[in-house]
Amino acid sequence: MSAELGHAALWMAAALAILQLLGGALAQRDAQAPLAALVRPAAMLQGFLAVFSFAMLLWVFAITDLSVKLVATNSHSMKPMIFKLSGAWGNHEGSMLLWVTVMALAGALIAWLEKRLPEKTMQATLASQGFVAIGFYAFLLLSSNPFERLASPVAEGNGLNPLLQDIGLAFHPPTLYMGYVGLSVAFSFAVGAMLTRQVNPEFARVMRPWVLGAWVFLTLGITAGSYWAYYELGWGGWWFWDPVENASLMPWLAATALLHSASVLAARDALRAWTIMLGVVAFSMSMLGTFLVRSGILTSVHAFAVDPERGSFILALLAIYIGGALLLFALRAGSVSEGQRFAAVSREGALVFNNVMLCSILGIVLLGTLYPLLTEAFDVRVSVGPPYFNPVGAIFTIPMLLVMAVGPLLRWREDNIERVRAPIAIVVALIVTTALLVVLASTTDVGVLPLLGLAIAVGLSVASFLPLRGRNLLRTPLSIWGMVLAHFGIAVSLFGMASESAFTEEKLVAISPGETSQIGGFAISLESVDPIAGPNWTAMEARITARRGEGAVEVLRPQSRHFFAPVQQTTESALLTRWDGQLYAVVGAPSPDGRWQLRLWWKPFVTLIWYGGLLISLGGALAIVGRLVSDIRRRRTQARDDDEREELESLRQSGAIPAGSTT
Amino acid sequence: MRGWVTLLAASLAVPVAAQDALPPAPYAYTQLDDPAQEAKAVELMETLRCLKCQSQSIADSDAPMAGDMRHQVRTRIAAGQEPEQIRQWLIDRYGDYVSYDPRITSSTWPLFVIPLILLLIAGVLLARRVGRKSTGGPEEIFEEADS
Repeated sequence: MSAELGHAALWMAAALAILQLLGGALAQRDAQAPLAALVRPAAMLQGFLAVFSFAMLLWVFAITDLSVKLVATNSHSMKPMIFKLSGAWGNHEGSMLLWVTVMALAGALIAWLEKRLPEKTMQATLASQGFVAIGFYAFLLLSSNPFERLASPVAEGNGLNPLLQDIGLAFHPPTLYMGYVGLSVAFSFAVGAMLTRQVNPEFARVMRPWVLGAWVFLTLGITAGSYWAYYELGWGGWWFWDPVENASLMPWLAATALLHSASVLAARDALRAWTIMLGVVAFSMSMLGTFLVRSGILTSVHAFAVDPERGSFILALLAIYIGGALLLFALRAGSVSEGQRFAAVSREGALVFNNVMLCSILGIVLLGTLYPLLTEAFDVRVSVGPPYFNPVGAIFTIPMLLVMAVGPLLRWREDNIERVRAPIAIVVALIVTTALLVVLASTTDVGVLPLLGLAIAVGLSVASFLPLRGRNLLRTPLSIWGMVLAHFGIAVSLFGMASESAFTEEKLVAISPGETSQIGGFAISLESVDPIAGPNWTAMEARITARRGEGAVEVLRPQSRHFFAPVQQTTESALLTRWDGQLYAVVGAPSPDGRWQLRLWWKPFVTLIWYGGLLISLGGALAIVGRLVSDIRRRRTQARDDDEREELESLRQSGAIPAGSTT
Repeated sequence: MRGWVTLLAASLAVPVAAQDALPPAPYAYTQLDDPAQEAKAVELMETLRCLKCQSQSIADSDAPMAGDMRHQVRTRIAAGQEPEQIRQWLIDRYGDYVSYDPRITSSTWPLFVIPLILLLIAGVLLARRVGRKSTGGPEEIFEEADS
């Protein structure tokens, strides 16, 4: 019954999305149209129904209702509850329903709360939101119904891929989807502003929390995904330039450019067309990300062509939305003026430079991700990986990081480079000194990119705090703190990446219990290997002790797990975290002579990669709070001023004050 | 296409036929004694695709085939071959697909030309957008700009 309720709610939500689109569209011609008043309620009700539908999906997974096809193919009665629930979105249909739910919820939120923009712009925005939603509802209901029943219930489910049975799955997809969906809201605002010709600072201020929010979630999602891959895959890699990863990186890059551009629009009324363009690009990238991950095209272009229904559906959606948005942009871009001008050396100048760099990096990632798919369609298979992305991306990333160190110190509109000579000298000195120290101190050959990464990270980490110079720290607005933290986070993360690439030590050994080994200053000893059992797996668990110098003896317990539903072997790495790095241990297969394969890594400062990601997100969150607070304050002042003026006006008209006496 | 790769893989009789049945090849999970050689081998392995996996290098995979390829790389490095020689040897066997480091060929040139075009576009965009001095119009800085 619950499955049918969920299904029905989804149909009703789809109908409301159509109503939302029609009402919003009619309102553009006639603000008094009867349907116009229904736009906001429709969006709110649609949000409620989508949430209800998703709750029903969670319910059938929670009770493992094996008459529902999706549950039977993806769940198992013996699975722990947390993985039963997270398994609800660990599959195609469920994750698309999650997408739609988050999107409908966001639509409901803006319909309910957002009162700053002209009503006509809001209606156009909600209509656009409805238009995007319709595509996804159609996709779900027509080709990926999550609530489909089986003719006869099965006795037991197929289970969930063991790699996905991890707390990471509970958080990773929802955070990424919130990011994707936040960008869809930003896109709808952009469309609304474009249609009603309201591209102005007010629009940027309304859109900004959504862009920032999306960006924070994308940052968290990517950070969590990277750490998840790092400890789950068992080889210590944290970024593979895998298309799935790129699918989340591309919206992030676009969102980063968009949020900086929106800030310029909000503060200076400049970069109008550019901001709109980035809004369209950012949403296109999240659509493309969804398409890449959901269409099955990544496994093989040919597999996609053999079972093209879903893939073609998403491809059609992609073409309609991106093509439509670009067309609208092309039609309206002429009427969107550039806005205020500025000099090359200015805050805006630096922001524009970095925006162009971010877009170029985005272009490189897009090219490297799509090109192999393109050639595969013509039966030429090529691989594009780290040896391509790293150096080619660096061409744009390094100038960007350097400008990022200086940009926040510059004044708006026009500045003189002489004024910031001292900070620039400090940053350059730090970069050069670090590079020299690393070259002189390291025994092995540090690659060029890691070396540059380390040096720039040190320079940038100091530079990111320089905007606070000469400010009263207690009175510094939260949004400035947000920027400082986020920029510092980039430096921290970069340092972790460079250090991991430059200084990782690897050791592969085969030893018997009782034998010892050495890595990264740790004395490692394999104590024992014992069989253990979990709820849906059995494992061989090694007990390894690690001791650095005369320090305490630490125990690591890596496992080699054997899942039985579905049958799959996984390695569970064991991590020992120290302030200066992580010891990463994996137990492999036994050899006939009773020895066990151990894979050991010492990764100096590797954790900084993810701490940096968290700092970036925290910075974004602070900026949202800071902006909202100052926005509310400004509105209040403005409202008070308006009230006073009105009062004065009414007094004057009533003749209480003789005309001219107040001026 | 996939069949073709498997066929080629099968022609490499010793390593691939050994899958699953036999213990992994000696140098699949054993490092070379010389750290310099091992570093060279790892650097190469990180840029070779595991053909049986989805988007993983042979340095990141437990697949038997990745193990066999690691063995090949290590033994060849130990025998004094240059990494690029080994890459070429693998490309001859498995096709361009095995290498994550695309070479400039008739089918990959856009990968190298497009970044150059991007660089050019970026330059033009910047020159056009930033090059103009601020002129005319109200030069308002909204109150939040200084916050």
